[in-house]
Amino acid sequence: MGDPVVKKFMYINRHAPCGTIYAVEGLEVVLIGAAFEQEVCMAFVDDGVYQLKKNQDTAALEIKNYAPAYRALGDYDVHKLYVERESLEQRGLTEQDLMQLTYEDEDDDWKEKPSLKVVTRIELADLIAEQDVLLNF
Amino acid sequence: MKFAIMVNEGPYTHQSSDSAYQFTKAALKQGHEIFRVFFYHDGVNNGTRFTAPPQDDRHLVNRWSELAEQHGLDLVVCVAAAQRRGVIDDKEAQRYGKDGNNIAPGFRISGLGQLIEAGIQSDRLLVFGD
Amino acid sequence: MLHTVNKSPFEKNSLQTCLRLAKEGNDILLIEDAVYAATKGTSVSEMVAQAATNFNLYVLGPDLLSRGVGQDELIAGCEVVDYAGFVRLATENDKVQSWL
Repeated sequence: MGDPVVKKFMYINRHAPCGTIYAVEGLEVVLIGAAFEQEVCMAFVDDGVYQLKKNQDTAALEIKNYAPAYRALGDYDVHKLYVERESLEQRGLTEQDLMQLTYEDEDDDWKEKPSLKVVTRIELADLIAEQDVLLNF
Repeated sequence: MKFAIMVNEGPYTHQSSDSAYQFTKAALKQGHEIFRVFFYHDGVNNGTRFTAPPQDDRHLVNRWSELAEQHGLDLVVCVAAAQRRGVIDDKEAQRYGKDGNNIAPGFRISGLGQLIEAGIQSDRLLVFGD
Repeated sequence: MLHTVNKSPFEKNSLQTCLRLAKEGNDILLIEDAVYAATKGTSVSEMVAQAATNFNLYVLGPDLLSRGVGQDELIAGCEVVDYAGFVRLATENDKVQSWL
């Protein structure tokens, strides 16, 4: 048996929540995928940034609210969540409009750290270029 | 080279399934291996044998089934996505007390882990969707 | 790296996002409704012509034919490929990103 294969997976999210199921079923892939011990990150681009917006409340629609599930990502060791700055700006949003998502860093005495990182398009292009597998939701 | 294909839309509404089918056929023709075709979101609707398009239209479900038979393709329909959309095999029908199943020949229902595994085991993963 | 785009640029921003996040010298293949982006005389022709100088721009022939778009209607600098060419692009590049 050789070393297990570890690939870099990036889940690129470009759909808004609620209007279609892509965000929800995309999140399901990420949570299941976390068990495979690959190097995982998520990118939020275009309308995908709306997935992270604070104060999502689906009660009046009588549908399940999946927004809290993003908070679970840290527990699944998915803590590299890149948000493209240009997409936020196009939509009149700043980081303060987004949910606070954190994880506990096992390599740093379980200190609580932010999972979201706002990156420029140049930084995101570099991150995309270094992945092995790209999945789109 | 080993390819994995992901199909995220059902047949007919979007071109995704046609595009994925044509790509798969072309890759096989060049001697490449298709490790797996994974159907997700409404793509699970490619896996129901109850599909009955007009005679003069292509039968996409049969196309996939036939390609699977000819080349031993592994066509996997995501179980969670399939349950939402009523695509069901015999085992699922029993578990949920449904009065029948509709999975097409050559397709099997399995978990999302099959997609991640396809990403790990294949040289390239291509997504066809909307 | 190969990028595929499948949306008309008049319907969705997938092509614009692809051009924003692709790296110089990358391969970009327009398929399905994205093939309209490669036609001359549109509001995005200039952007696409510019892209053809920074990237290697390909258009899927069967999707042009099915939409009645002739090769003489395409802006300069795009190369038409068939599905065999699509497969070759996917093998020659280390990964594929689908801008849906």
